[in-house]
Amino acid sequence: MLKFTVRRLVQLVPILIGLSILVFVWIRALPGGPAEALLGERATPEAVERVRDLYGLDRPIWQQYLSYLGQVAQLDFGQSVVSRRLVSTEISERFPATVELTIAAMIFAVGVGIPLGFLAAKRYQRPLDHLSVAGSLLGVAIPVFFLGLLLKYVFAVKLHWLPTVGRSAATSTSPHPTGFYVLDAIITNDRVALVDAVRHLVLPAIALGTIPLAIITRITRAAVLDVVNEDYVRTAQAKGMEPRVVDRRHVLRNAMLPVTTIIGLQTGLLLSGAILTEHVFAWGGMGQWLYQAISYRDYAVLQAGILFLAIVFVLVNLLVDISYALLDPRIRVR
Amino acid sequence: MQRPVVVLRALALGAVLALVATACGSEKGTTGGQTGGAKQGGTIVFAASSDPVSLDPAFISDGESIRITNQIYEGLVKTKAGGTEIEPSLAKSWAASNNATSWTFDLQEGVKFHDGTAFNAAAVCANFDRWYNFKGVLQSDSVSYYWVSVFGGFSDKKNPSLYKSCEARDDKTAVINLNQPSASFIAALSLSSFSIQSPEALRKYDADKVSGTAEEPKFESEYGLAHPTGTGALKFESFAANDKTVLARNDDYWGQKAILDKVIFRTIPDLAARRQALEAGEIQGYDNADPSDVEALKANYQVLQRPAFNVAYVGFNQKKKPLDNPMIRQAIAHALNRDALIKAKYPAGSQVANEFMPPEVFGYNENVTKYDYDPDKAKQLIAESGVTNPAIEFWYPTSISRPYMPDPAANFQAFKADLEKVGFKVTPKSAPWRPDYLNAVQSGGAPVYLFGWTGDYGDPDNFVGVFFQQPSAQWGFDNKAIFSALNDAEKETDQSKRTELYKAANEQIMQFLPGVPYAHTGPFLVFAKNVKGYVPSPVTTELFATVSLG
Repeated sequence: MLKFTVRRLVQLVPILIGLSILVFVWIRALPGGPAEALLGERATPEAVERVRDLYGLDRPIWQQYLSYLGQVAQLDFGQSVVSRRLVSTEISERFPATVELTIAAMIFAVGVGIPLGFLAAKRYQRPLDHLSVAGSLLGVAIPVFFLGLLLKYVFAVKLHWLPTVGRSAATSTSPHPTGFYVLDAIITNDRVALVDAVRHLVLPAIALGTIPLAIITRITRAAVLDVVNEDYVRTAQAKGMEPRVVDRRHVLRNAMLPVTTIIGLQTGLLLSGAILTEHVFAWGGMGQWLYQAISYRDYAVLQAGILFLAIVFVLVNLLVDISYALLDPRIRVR
Repeated sequence: MQRPVVVLRALALGAVLALVATACGSEKGTTGGQTGGAKQGGTIVFAASSDPVSLDPAFISDGESIRITNQIYEGLVKTKAGGTEIEPSLAKSWAASNNATSWTFDLQEGVKFHDGTAFNAAAVCANFDRWYNFKGVLQSDSVSYYWVSVFGGFSDKKNPSLYKSCEARDDKTAVINLNQPSASFIAALSLSSFSIQSPEALRKYDADKVSGTAEEPKFESEYGLAHPTGTGALKFESFAANDKTVLARNDDYWGQKAILDKVIFRTIPDLAARRQALEAGEIQGYDNADPSDVEALKANYQVLQRPAFNVAYVGFNQKKKPLDNPMIRQAIAHALNRDALIKAKYPAGSQVANEFMPPEVFGYNENVTKYDYDPDKAKQLIAESGVTNPAIEFWYPTSISRPYMPDPAANFQAFKADLEKVGFKVTPKSAPWRPDYLNAVQSGGAPVYLFGWTGDYGDPDNFVGVFFQQPSAQWGFDNKAIFSALNDAEKETDQSKRTELYKAANEQIMQFLPGVPYAHTGPFLVFAKNVKGYVPSPVTTELFATVSLG
């Protein structure tokens, strides 16, 4: 297992170098640059020229890349031209927001999706099954930003149950030592902040979790349907094992293999930036940041942000593979 | 000999007395509850579309940062609430030497910065000298845009600078010397960029510290987002990235104190999300509301509108044929049905533009040559121009909505139909606004294009001066008469003469017709019903100090 993990980590290195060159060249190949983006109507060609000159953007691209690599080697990822803040600081502030939202969305998706998929399979071709299939189709089809606006309209504007934007109330003065607001509230034993943080999480988590929920429900349903007809399940049932035990030990555990893969892939996807959800809910995470960075041609942010998310994505997949091996002894033996 | 240019002493004295009177009243109000109908205290949450970049006004040109620095800082002069006229602020009055190269400012006394240090002439000069001595990346337009556009160069003398020196004659008298006469400079001093900051705080937090390399500069000082220090009625309390900026009342303010306890600017990038936050009661106001939301919001909210301070125009690059032909330009102007477009596609309160600046600004000329909608005349002009089958490439931006151009594609479609009706062959060209479209227009790549401008301060130099005072790739013409008319107008210090010079220049411009101005619009603001005392300003210098919650 260790060898497997190390090998996968070593494979990361060439991928990242290749990706960094690709990103570096790609963003410089886009027309325009940070000067035009920042100055808008006021970006006269002379002003743009002065900025290019001052920022060293008129040097050959390989020279720029080498000096960039030199800085990265010293763990210096530069500064955003838009916010003028260090990229590393912004990642440390924004990544917890994205992780927190992803976890909440996945708790929703897994917590509802697995039982729902399981029950749908157990009630195959009955109303609940049809409902779950139709529901998951709708879940995948509905645009996230529309769902976000709709949820906010019902639960915040009309019912006033939940807030519409941000991660905490505007008047909140609670400290955030870790950047995970729920965790912060628990650490500081601040019940008001905890309720506030959870209330702010509910709607974006549902909006973001709907697509994974739909997928997990369908995959669970299909996997359970596959497994219930296996010989070992019939054997367990024949030897008089309690149905609940059969479900838990034999059906669910075996059905979990494809579900785990999907959960892992979905988590990786959500972590790499829930652009629309973060935008609609003014959730200051990675997705919102990269979206803005593209329109402003914010080179430092794009380079570091994309590489960072690529690393996260690969690591999450590695975790999935490892958990796969843990769940299925056959993989370990192979 | 000094010659008073703006005699405002009596007015200023009156204003100060009035301020003192109301300030006493509001002090009573803190314990008594009500002051002239305004409830003392409370917190307002106002939505911002982004975080401030910095709250060091010298380094910013974006609206969200400036909105906040307007509250924390004051300049030597300010714009009148709701207008563009210049009023005293930290300077009680000012006067120019005969040749308008030396300006003497008589300063307010007894003013303190938020850190407790005294405001005086030395502080004024420390600020001017700071800006003039910016080095390296700090000279970039993306950092010190307004210094570059108003004063030009820096102390390294790579480019000529309007600014020469500043002397603190005594505590209450500062003299600013210029290298050449300028009158527009006084109006420009109302810009937030030229706010006076605490020299002590700037030094303490090393506000100008920049490290890194040319391609990766790093602004290292924590001054801008943790210790901004001015003299304003509200002072900085906290900033949380991607979340909010909190200001609190400055109880030691020298003028009329703020009514609210706190003002919170909450970052909500999405416009629809801002509206929902207002409807859910999480915020009490936001600006640049979607014009199509306005009617629906009027039922339960207050909708205010800023006086128009922008211009939308169809620009021509005269380097591209057939736009070098004045008859073709006139034919386009007569072909465009601007009235119909404004009626159909623009929010209520928008006006058809007849020149390149809004009526709010002095120098606006009611009697410029106008080009009414007249397709027959357009056809006739084309016939007389000698150009057969005129063809133009017409550019419009995508993925953008500007206050003066809510839906560029709709404008383009309407204008294209108008032009085709009189015989132009129109080739559409579109590009994303930022940065491709801007790049194409400003580097001269777009022959005919939709563009516009929102002013920064109430001076014609900030409109026609920006567009037409020198040759540019965007317009592609070299009309010496217009350049020198605008140069002369900029230097004139006699206000009435200056107004006449700009009126004449506007007529010259509209005869030459470098483009067709077509709209002035006023952005909308929406507030909860209990918000009182917010005065919309054409130049967005709105102060929250006068706002209260009823």
